Amino acid sequence: MIRFEDVTKTYDRTSRPALDGVSLDVERGEFVFLVGASGSGKSTFLRLVLKEDVPTRGVVRVAGRDVARLSSWKVPHLRRQIGAVFQDFRLLPSKTVFENVAFALQVIGRNRHHIAQVVPETLELVGLAGKEGRLPHELSGGEQQRVAIARAFVNRPSILLADEPTGNLDPATSVGIMRLLDRINRTGTTIVMATHDTEIVDSMRKRVVQLEGGALVRDEARGVYGMAAR
Amino acid sequence: MRVRFLAGEVLAGLRRNTAMTVSVVLVTFVSLVFVGAGGLLQMQVGQMKDYWYDRVQVSIFLCVADSEAPTCTAGEVSQAQKDEVAAALASPVLAPYVEKVEFETKEQAFARFQEQFAGTAIAESATQDQLNESFRVKLVDPTQYEVVSQYFAGTPGVEEVQDQRRVLDPFFAVLNVLTLVAGGFALVMIVAAGLLIATTIRLSAFSRRRETGIMRLVGASKTLIQLPFLLEGVLAAVLGAGLATAVLWGVVRFGVQGWLVDVLPLFGYIGTSQVWLVAPLLFAVGILLAGLASVVTLSRYLKV
Repeated sequence: MIRFEDVTKTYDRTSRPALDGVSLDVERGEFVFLVGASGSGKSTFLRLVLKEDVPTRGVVRVAGRDVARLSSWKVPHLRRQIGAVFQDFRLLPSKTVFENVAFALQVIGRNRHHIAQVVPETLELVGLAGKEGRLPHELSGGEQQRVAIARAFVNRPSILLADEPTGNLDPATSVGIMRLLDRINRTGTTIVMATHDTEIVDSMRKRVVQLEGGALVRDEARGVYGMAAR
Repeated sequence: MRVRFLAGEVLAGLRRNTAMTVSVVLVTFVSLVFVGAGGLLQMQVGQMKDYWYDRVQVSIFLCVADSEAPTCTAGEVSQAQKDEVAAALASPVLAPYVEKVEFETKEQAFARFQEQFAGTAIAESATQDQLNESFRVKLVDPTQYEVVSQYFAGTPGVEEVQDQRRVLDPFFAVLNVLTLVAGGFALVMIVAAGLLIATTIRLSAFSRRRETGIMRLVGASKTLIQLPFLLEGVLAAVLGAGLATAVLWGVVRFGVQGWLVDVLPLFGYIGTSQVWLVAPLLFAVGILLAGLASVVTLSRYLKV
């Protein structure tokens, strides 16, 4: 589903690369944790998948297509196959929960009938049924992240990227979010989640990919956060 | 759905930035007034040139009954004198300089006078007898006017030889200078308007970066993301062009047709129909300006 072939990304010539010769395959339906210290290249990895950046060297393939060679007017179609969730939720403060989720469908031209049907379904899936009319500031952090996940998933993308989705949440709330991501993963959606959260990684027992200084240093099928040696 | 979405975004953008929007409208309005004024001045010049330039370069006015020129002491020009002038124009001395000669009778002169000053007080008070008969001479080389004027100076029956171009040239010169001035102001104002539109769009893009960021993320097309900003600028420019057209129309309708025509009834003036000819140009310039400023700004500040 996502394939990195010896990918290097350098932001400017003087500094060391943000990603350094990374090769990686993520299969359809996999759940992958991307771990590593701040600045290890996790966010760069996600940005390359979304074609927010293009690799300096190497090839990034998403759903079989070379992202760098995608013409600019086809990029939106790539992004429609990818949902993205962030640490800071990125909700529109003046729009209600329903409107925030519906926004993602409106801007890709879905009709009202479709929106009226799919948005409530998705809100129910993420556990926000009955809160459609609330504004983001009336919700808890966990609930706001559920709205963000609903927005990322409402178009049923085949890939969901999550950049520290539990970074702003307390452990109990984080567990709820992880259950939700797990449920979405079970519908066949590939999930790549960048995180610092040791407990979550250790308890989920999913594939763990560790980056260090831009290089891939570990790839374990059912890994934990830290290596035993440390 | 998308049309409604676009309309909503444009209106929201304009509302959010009311002060900037108003200033864009006003600056475009002023710059387009100068553009339009330049255009109308040139139309005025063109109107007069069309009438005078091509037909006639030199007019040989013949004496009327109450002419005061020394060559007209005998009163109205006689048929013999007329024949003499006609013969002179066809003579080997003048023929090489002359391309075409037309004789204008009092009736023709009167009709032309009425047409030219239609609707003015002077047209109503003029009588046919006040107008000269004349030979209208088109020269091979218009600058050789002196040859004809000197030849007929002192010829009995000829009241005056007039180079039409010279009569009109100072006036054309004034209008041309005014056109240049208007053009200069227009240029400066257009640059200001362009920069202001660019700044406005930049601010607008900045204040909506959260929305546009999400739109990019969920795969909205480049068009849908950028079009609201472009339309905002274009809409403001169109409002400015509308205002400019209204003001120019008012100036021509009440200033020129309602005032200048009576105060300075020397020749025909442009009317509101010319304003309608200039108006599309103003809208085109406004839209092009806003479009260009938007596209350049968006490509720099709103990457997709």
